[in-house]
Amino acid sequence: MTATTPALTDRVRDVLGSTTLDDASLRRWLHGLPGVDEVGAHGRAAMLGTRSIKTTSKAWALDLAVSMVDLTTLEGADSFGTVRSLCAKARVPDADDPACPKVAAVCVYNDLVPVAVEALAGSGVKVAAVTTAFPSGRASLAVKLADTRDAVQAGADEIDMVIDRGAFLSGRYLKVFEEIVAVREVCDEAVALHGRRAHLKVILETGELSTYDNVRRASWLAMLAGGDFIKTSTGKVSPAATLPVTLVMLEAVRDWAALTGEIIGVKPAGGIRTAKDAIKHLVLVHETAGERWLDPDLFRFGASSLLNDLLLQRRRMRTGVYASPDRLTLAT
Amino acid sequence: MPTFEYAPAPESRAVVDLQPSYGLFIGGEFVDPVDGTSMKTVNPATEEVLSEVAVGGAADVDRAVKAARRAYERTWSRMPAAERGKYLFRIARILQERGRELAVLESLDNGKPIRESRDVDVPLAAAHFFYHAGWADKLAWAGLHGAALGPDGVPLPLGVAGQVIPWNFPLLMLAWKVAPALATGNTVVLKPAETTPLTALLFADICRQADLPPGVVNIVTGAGATGAALVGHPDVDKVAFTGSTAVGREIARTVAGSRKKLTLELGGKAANIVFDDAAIDETVEGIVDGIFFNQGHVCCAGSRLLVQETIAEEVVGRLQQRMSQLRVGDPLDKNTDVGAVNSAEQLQRITDLAAVGDAEGAQRWTAPCPLPENGFWFSPTLFTNVSPAHTIARDEIFGPVLSVMTFRTPSEAVTKANTTPYGLSAGIWTEKGSRILWMADRLRAGVVWANTFNRFDPTSPFGGYKESGYGREGGRHGLAAYVKEA
Amino acid sequence: MAARLDVRKTYKLYVGGKFPRSESGRSYEVTDAKGRFVANAAKASRKDARDAVLAARAAFAGWSGATAYNRGQVLYRVAEVMEGRHAQFAEEVARAEGLTAAKARAVVDAAIDRWVWYAGWTDKVAQVVGAANPVAGPYFNLSVPEPTGVVAVLAPQASSLLGLVSVVAPVVAGGSTCVVLASERRPLPAVVLGEVLATSDVPGGVVNLLTGVTAETAPWLASHEDVDALDLAGAAPLPGEDPTVDWGALEAAAAATLTRVVRPAGSGASGEADGAVEPDWTVLPDGPRRVLAFMETKTVWHPKGR
Repeated sequence: MTATTPALTDRVRDVLGSTTLDDASLRRWLHGLPGVDEVGAHGRAAMLGTRSIKTTSKAWALDLAVSMVDLTTLEGADSFGTVRSLCAKARVPDADDPACPKVAAVCVYNDLVPVAVEALAGSGVKVAAVTTAFPSGRASLAVKLADTRDAVQAGADEIDMVIDRGAFLSGRYLKVFEEIVAVREVCDEAVALHGRRAHLKVILETGELSTYDNVRRASWLAMLAGGDFIKTSTGKVSPAATLPVTLVMLEAVRDWAALTGEIIGVKPAGGIRTAKDAIKHLVLVHETAGERWLDPDLFRFGASSLLNDLLLQRRRMRTGVYASPDRLTLAT
Repeated sequence: MPTFEYAPAPESRAVVDLQPSYGLFIGGEFVDPVDGTSMKTVNPATEEVLSEVAVGGAADVDRAVKAARRAYERTWSRMPAAERGKYLFRIARILQERGRELAVLESLDNGKPIRESRDVDVPLAAAHFFYHAGWADKLAWAGLHGAALGPDGVPLPLGVAGQVIPWNFPLLMLAWKVAPALATGNTVVLKPAETTPLTALLFADICRQADLPPGVVNIVTGAGATGAALVGHPDVDKVAFTGSTAVGREIARTVAGSRKKLTLELGGKAANIVFDDAAIDETVEGIVDGIFFNQGHVCCAGSRLLVQETIAEEVVGRLQQRMSQLRVGDPLDKNTDVGAVNSAEQLQRITDLAAVGDAEGAQRWTAPCPLPENGFWFSPTLFTNVSPAHTIARDEIFGPVLSVMTFRTPSEAVTKANTTPYGLSAGIWTEKGSRILWMADRLRAGVVWANTFNRFDPTSPFGGYKESGYGREGGRHGLAAYVKEA
Repeated sequence: MAARLDVRKTYKLYVGGKFPRSESGRSYEVTDAKGRFVANAAKASRKDARDAVLAARAAFAGWSGATAYNRGQVLYRVAEVMEGRHAQFAEEVARAEGLTAAKARAVVDAAIDRWVWYAGWTDKVAQVVGAANPVAGPYFNLSVPEPTGVVAVLAPQASSLLGLVSVVAPVVAGGSTCVVLASERRPLPAVVLGEVLATSDVPGGVVNLLTGVTAETAPWLASHEDVDALDLAGAAPLPGEDPTVDWGALEAAAAATLTRVVRPAGSGASGEADGAVEPDWTVLPDGPRRVLAFMETKTVWHPKGR
């Protein structure tokens, strides 16, 4: 195995109960996880979607949701200008309301990290970079690591990597595992450069995994390999984040915490556009993983248009009248 | 940090127009009972009196049966079947249009959470009318073997159906009874449960809105004596009952020796069987849904949890965690998971049986859910260390109480599941397909839910084996109960 | 040359695949239609009925678990063996029912054909009455008929063979097992049928035949907690006679354990109690109704997901 840190080796041994680490031992372990019944998971997610929360809790939940947003732009047409204006929006989401919290992070392609780092300096808003030949991940490991290293060196606080879905779906679990471990090591290089690690979010691209059994297995594999977060999607594949997918991933981090004591974060990304959707996700977090996860360090929304809807709802609650999007700034 | 609190999100009572008192619905109008007695119906969540409802006596039952007979002979049996079907379609639509009102009224009178009355009871009731409406003019193709046929080859109705329904799903049970009876051309006299008459009385109003000919549906409220008078009435051709096995037995005795056709949907003590390869998260949800749906006031509730020994501890642990999240309280709150026990009497029964569980050595665990001060409440409860000989493993509790037992092999699970005089339903949780089918073949129960629980549909026959009763409701099979035999 | 003294037949019960005498040691005189002594038949007691229920229960798992195709084969084999005993059946029927030889042969023909007719139903009923239910949700939903269990059958009093076959064959075709009270005054064709069953491939205990006094034994079967269904066809008296069996009381006794009851045919209006009459068994059944009367509907749900 390539896991170089003794701690990781130990953990793999403890969790798998196996001293060998190969496709076969990983398959035995991952396929030994309980299955997920699709209809049952949909039913549970739909039921939780009907919860309604208190007005005071709602105000708090909207603020919490804002503070959990990874404000994202991942377009070929992204420019310095669009990233700068996104960063400005991230610092001050609602110019009319100083009480409005900042977002958690700005998420950009790797070459725009320096722009974002500069624009967000001193704000407390993190810079996240998508790397590893995002979104397809179809590149050699060397390219993926170089891609990541670029972002880390440019000062990215967080790395959003993609797993090799082709390898995962063909049962080459060791390859997926080793790539995550290798990217994680590059993230750790940030300690020497910036005095802190870069947090690693592992994108499963659940829309390509097709089954919830696969989502559960990919979640556990990513956690075993040292991901700090498991993230649903790139946003480039449909379906992206759905309530049942988030539910299954929340169950994974809950059970992982029970097994290892490690608290891993969850980031649904793509397709969450309304405050209502965001609050449904928070209900899911609350009832599945628990209150501990209602924290921007452990739960994020990968989104762009969501932020403005959250702000509109905040304004409505503050003013009592329905708000116009024309009064909000554009994200980009 | 503020906590993440769910709002009391009460559904407004304003949609319900409660009258201070209700008469009997006979021959298309509300009439006073002959001897003038009445009873109070209360909101079990608050003990507030909702309304006064007439108590039908033998004379009232006789009036209602006469009205139904007249409607059968003069109107309903002469009407083209397609027209009969259109009345049912109309009723189905009105049930949908007035769905909110029905749901709120059901939760007020019964104590069940609005989420269930809104998402389960009322939509399913409407669906039953829709489904059966379409059958009305298609009975010749229903494959009703051995039915007496009219000159046009269409199975003949029986005449007047006397129907007695329970308090756990008042409107839904009404729909299960009335829709097939009307679709096949019978007229009905229905007696709702003593503690939950209100949605049936609202249904009477819906019949009027639909311009249903007077006497086709008659509703006689009352208690046990009213039901007995109906069941024993000599001019009733068909008796349909849903309720306890004890009462079902009495009814079977009453109609014995007569030519009344009888169907009974009675009690149960379903085994919900969990294997160690089950999809654990959905299984835990299914166990919770199986026993805490409708406060466990469900004849097919999964009240006996049989867990494979290898994962018993894990399942119980997860179950306790999940049960701790159940929200017990105001039935009209949209966030409520478990509502009020329907009556003081039922609460007493649940309390007594749980105490027997303690006394017989089972280990009680109660979910730490805060309960309201007024009203009838019982916290979601789980008993471990239960043996098949324990009372709580044998008697139907009809409340939010789950008895957990273990097994080691599929054969042992089947034996334990079948060792009961009941045979209404059973659950199987495993990811292994061949085992599901093997188990399903061997479980002596009318409904087997595999990797799901408590699913209902108008197209799907429902009913029991053994002392859970006989006859089926729903589907093509349910029609057979309402046509004459050759 | 002196006439040879014939070897007389002993008519016994048929329980659990064996031919016991009544445990009570009792027997009763059976006469022909003209009242002449024919034989002594075993007079079954309540304990014989109890033993027969035990035998039927023990046989149920195997018989109900056999494939429908296999049950069809086994039942068809019964018809084959009946054909081989045609003459004996005809003689018994002629004596019991007072028929001419030609008429008795016709009755036996019909009885064998009836048996064949029901043998063919074993693997058809599930398709005819089963259903794939189109529920409003992502679920596979199937309803199938399953045998009820142990059925107590009061065989018709008049039609000692054709009537008997018409009530026994549908029970076993559906996969249930049974305890049959043969016609009280015309029991001998039933005993011969037992001999046929014993020498065909029907497992012991699937059909148990008791001779004796219907009114004495029937209440024990009606109230027996391990009897799942009760066929009251034999509650109808012989034509022109008063009933000896109160079928309403038997139905009431059966109610204690929700035993399924098939009432005897009757002439009265629905809703009213009336006397039972024996139908004309020569009429071909208009469908598998008697098979279905001893079957339950089981509905199985399963989610459809990836």
